[in-house]
Amino acid sequence: MDLSFLSSILFATVVAGTPLIIVALGELVTEKSGVLNLGAEGIVSVGAVAAFAVAHHSGSPMLGILAGMGAGMVMSLLFGISALTLMANQVASGLALSIFGVGLSAFIGKPYESIALASVQPIRVPLLHRLPLLGPSLFEQQGLVYFSWALIAAVSWFLYRSRAGLVLRAVGESPVAAHAIGYGVVRIRYQAVLFGGAMAGIGGAFLSVFYTPMWVEGMVAGRGWIALSLVVFATWRPLRVMIGAYLFGGCMITQMFVQGSGARVNIPAQFLSSIPYVATVLVLVLISRNRSTIRINSPASLGQPFLPDA
Amino acid sequence: MPTPTSDTPRLAIRGIRKVYPSVVANDGIDLTVMPGQIHAVLGENGAGKSTLMKVIYGVIRPDEGELLWEGRPVIISNPAQARSLGIGMVFQHFSLFETLTVVQNVALSIPGKLDLDPLAKRIEEVSERYGLPVDPRRMVHALSVGERQRVEIIRCLLQNPRLLILDEPTSVLTPQAVRKLFETLRQLAAEGVSILYISHKLDEIQELCHKATVLRGGKVTGTCTPAEETPQTMARMMIGVDLPACSHGEPEDGGEVRLLIQGLSHATDDPFGTDLKDIHLEVKAGEIVGIAGVSGNGQQELLRAISGEEPHADKRAVRVCGVEAGHMNAARRRGLGMCFVPEERLGRGAVPRLSLTENILLTAYRKGMLFAGLIRFGVAKRFAEECIKRFDVKCGGAHSEAKSLSGGNLQKFIVGREIMQEPKLLVLAQPTWGVDVGASSFIRQSVLDLRNSGTAVLVISEELEELFEICDRIVVIAKGTLSPSKVTSETNVEEIGMWMSGLWPGAKTQGEATHVA
Repeated sequence: MDLSFLSSILFATVVAGTPLIIVALGELVTEKSGVLNLGAEGIVSVGAVAAFAVAHHSGSPMLGILAGMGAGMVMSLLFGISALTLMANQVASGLALSIFGVGLSAFIGKPYESIALASVQPIRVPLLHRLPLLGPSLFEQQGLVYFSWALIAAVSWFLYRSRAGLVLRAVGESPVAAHAIGYGVVRIRYQAVLFGGAMAGIGGAFLSVFYTPMWVEGMVAGRGWIALSLVVFATWRPLRVMIGAYLFGGCMITQMFVQGSGARVNIPAQFLSSIPYVATVLVLVLISRNRSTIRINSPASLGQPFLPDA
Repeated sequence: MPTPTSDTPRLAIRGIRKVYPSVVANDGIDLTVMPGQIHAVLGENGAGKSTLMKVIYGVIRPDEGELLWEGRPVIISNPAQARSLGIGMVFQHFSLFETLTVVQNVALSIPGKLDLDPLAKRIEEVSERYGLPVDPRRMVHALSVGERQRVEIIRCLLQNPRLLILDEPTSVLTPQAVRKLFETLRQLAAEGVSILYISHKLDEIQELCHKATVLRGGKVTGTCTPAEETPQTMARMMIGVDLPACSHGEPEDGGEVRLLIQGLSHATDDPFGTDLKDIHLEVKAGEIVGIAGVSGNGQQELLRAISGEEPHADKRAVRVCGVEAGHMNAARRRGLGMCFVPEERLGRGAVPRLSLTENILLTAYRKGMLFAGLIRFGVAKRFAEECIKRFDVKCGGAHSEAKSLSGGNLQKFIVGREIMQEPKLLVLAQPTWGVDVGASSFIRQSVLDLRNSGTAVLVISEELEELFEICDRIVVIAKGTLSPSKVTSETNVEEIGMWMSGLWPGAKTQGEATHVA
């Protein structure tokens, strides 16, 4: 196996993992505030189609990203109104949003089927991109790939080093106690939900504008759901989300190479396709099986509505 | 602006009224606290104490009435504003975040930049000065209840409060820890801090407080100087009638052993749980054995092992009425004649959404309520109605949902359901927790009557007074180990309190005992 083959697998892995990282980190912040937003799949879909449409009409991928982000925030605002203001059941609201978002994206996207965008040139990091093996796969990537790395650092710093992050974790741990010492639980949860929506929208934009620069109905293909489960299996820790996302991306790409290589393997294709899911869950469950770390990292109030006693 | 002098009340409230959909929680309440005064607010559960404190702390808004802070009228609309005025509050159910460290918890209630190291130093200074030892870098879930309360108090003290509100602060403490807390509070009062002390424990109020305001049914029923009153006169103000004393017959000797636990050890898989270590316990027919201890020392785990919710691999570890029952589940153990009243009423003792009749069926179905696999609802309903009548449960009838009952009434119903099954062995966890004084004494008397009829009773409680009132023997649980038993008449609160820190003769846990208290 030569170096360029490995390098291209690595490249594709990073690309495949990037939208998962961005969406999952957004969801992680949302969940840390105690809100379970199952609408990720729908938000990513709407973000993807909005980004594609704007990028297509304006010719600017950057504007596409912003449109995806905006659309994601609008979608998550709908969720927030339903789950936080009207106190509807979070699981039901999220599921409804997913179904709604997937349908809405198909509707909006009809006129854009079978249009392709010009692919966007990657950004080369000076010097580093010349490294053997790692150079092309890590340092000759789309801007959003670098953004996803920065996001990991930013979310980690925010959660564990900043005051606002401490407040967010406190709200997710015990909204009643946070309210009792004077924090606006609903306001903080709204902010977290909107952040989650913005990231899901950007994740969608990455898919439709950069990853495969076209719009096809159903192109999100369950990535929103995978991002959701990554958060849980990574026990709400940003770095483990990254491990999980790349692991999933890596297995996905590898099995596609195997299937596409025409190598004579006597394994049913369905089995190969299931490997990424099984492997990711298995690895994350194994590294996170300690109950006390689960307890310490999981937001205790996840999914529970908060009603201040007036 | 009038300058506050020593005759300006620190806080005066006038005519506070707060109405909830089903109840008037506060009805025209007046209260005055002077600087440096320790002022008790006394009343039963549901008298409106907690509502009043939440009004003062800005958690809820009153419908009517005004607050004067150091002579000036103020409207306190949220806790942050209350804190900026100089009001600090220590909550009954702690408002700490378990998965954060002490210093992070404190930082959450202090405005400004997040700078943990200097803050940890300040915490250490304050804890030194007021005798409240606690390590700022530990996670809260690893702290004992007493330590958690210290964290709450330190959190308030760091903001230099001029009024400190404590809501039932001693309900979770050992007698020794209570004494330490009182020293701290007296020191604060001597420095000019006013203290509002909410409690229903009359002896503590007599010992500590300068003044007391008594509430009943949302209204003030009197103010007094506790030092000039007796517990009986204050109790009358609090509940309106004299308290009946429990009658306690002599224990019978030589009853058969109904519950025998031998060498029970159990490693918990709950990260915040306690491992049980080599438990030995014996409860005979016709006696009441009490297990004292600060919560979180293994009570939950022991109860699950006894009730059968967590069966044990070793059959012989638990014997119920002479039968090896360690491996049996809860239903099979009940089949042997054991009944169990868990600590949580809703969810474990009763199903909230089911009617009282259906809740009767859950444990009492052996009393002729089944026929050929079908339910005989008539029998169940009659059983429920009799239980409601005999135990004076205030409810809409046997068809009411369990969750519509108040805590005290539901507890009377659950205890009644178990007692009416005429068990050979009755296990009770916190039988009067959150139940008002009148209902508590009724429940205790029912348990005593049951014992006199020859039942073996095991009571786990954090209320020492209760255990001393009804038990024939007392054992103490600390850090998952059980002390030897003591005949109640041969011991006292001091000794049991000492044991609650793990310091009984021959205890294996002596070295680490300090952080229990």
